Amino acid sequence: MITLSHYLILGAILFAIAIVGIFLNRKNVIILLMSIELMLLAVNTNFVAFSNFMGNLDGQVFVFFILTVAAAESAIGLAILVVLFRNMRTINVDDINALKG
Amino acid sequence: MAFQSVLFYLFATVLVVAAARVVTARNPVHAALFLVLAFVTSAALWLLLRAEFLAITLVLVYVGAVMVLFLFVVMMLDINIDQMREGFWRYLPVGLLVAAVMVVEMWLVLRHHGLASAATHAGFTAPASNTKALGMLLYTQYAYAFELAAVILLVAIVAAIALTQRRRRDSKYQDPAAQVRVRRQDRVRLVSMPAQKREEAQSVKV
Repeated sequence: MITLSHYLILGAILFAIAIVGIFLNRKNVIILLMSIELMLLAVNTNFVAFSNFMGNLDGQVFVFFILTVAAAESAIGLAILVVLFRNMRTINVDDINALKG
Repeated sequence: MAFQSVLFYLFATVLVVAAARVVTARNPVHAALFLVLAFVTSAALWLLLRAEFLAITLVLVYVGAVMVLFLFVVMMLDINIDQMREGFWRYLPVGLLVAAVMVVEMWLVLRHHGLASAATHAGFTAPASNTKALGMLLYTQYAYAFELAAVILLVAIVAAIALTQRRRRDSKYQDPAAQVRVRRQDRVRLVSMPAQKREEAQSVKV
C-alpha cells in the first residue's frame, strides 16, 4: 500500500537532487534553471499527494498557480539569458560580475 | 504487492534516475531531454494520485512549451562545455552533504510528526470529473487568484518579447503616425518664376 509518506519522501529526494544540481553546475545558468524546475516539480508532487490523501482539491489549485508562475519565470529567465549571451558572448556565472556583487 | 505499488516504485525509480542525470549530464541538450523524461514520469505519478487535469497540463505546458523553449535556447547559444564543467568534482562532496542533511531532516519530520496518520482517509470519494471539480473551485473560490495568474502570464509575454526583440538599424519601415502628422508646407513648396521666351527656355534646357 502506497501511503502519503512514500510520495513525500520521493519529493524530498527530488528536491535534494535539485539542490545537488545547483551545487554542481554553478557555472552554467541553463542547468541552474533546470534545477529550479526540478525543485518546483518536487514541491508540486508534495501538493498533489497531500491533495489526494487529505481529500481536498485546494492543493491541486495551488499546483495550478505554481505551474503558471513557473512557466512565466522560465520564459523571462531564458529571455534574459538570450540577451545576456548576445551582449557578453558567455553565460558563465563567473563572468557575469559587472556589478562587482 | 498491489499493481499500484509496482507502478509507483517503477515511476519513482525512473524519476529519480532522470533527475540525477539532469544534474550530472555533460551536454545541456541531454540534460533538457532527461528533464522531459522526469516531467512525463511525474505526470504518470500524478495520474496515480488522481490529478488527471494537472497531469495532462504538466505534459502539455511543460513538455510541450517550456522544455521546447529550453531546447531552443540551449541549441541557440554556443556554450563551451569544458569551461562550464570546471569545479564539478570539487563541489560534489559539499552538494552531497547538503542533500543528505536535507533528506535526513525531512525523513525525521515525516517519522515523528505523524503526517501519515493525519491522512487517514486515503482514497477519498473523488468527484466524477477531476477537471470539472477543479474548475468549480477555480472559478468561484479562487477567481481573484485566477485573474492574477492571467495578469502574470501577460506580463511574462510582454517582458519576454520586449527583452529579446532586436531593432535592426538597416531595416526600412513606415511610421504611420509621422505620415498622418505631416502638413502641407512640409511637402509642397510654391515657387514663383517669371515666364520665359521659347528660345531662352530651349537654350537653358540644353
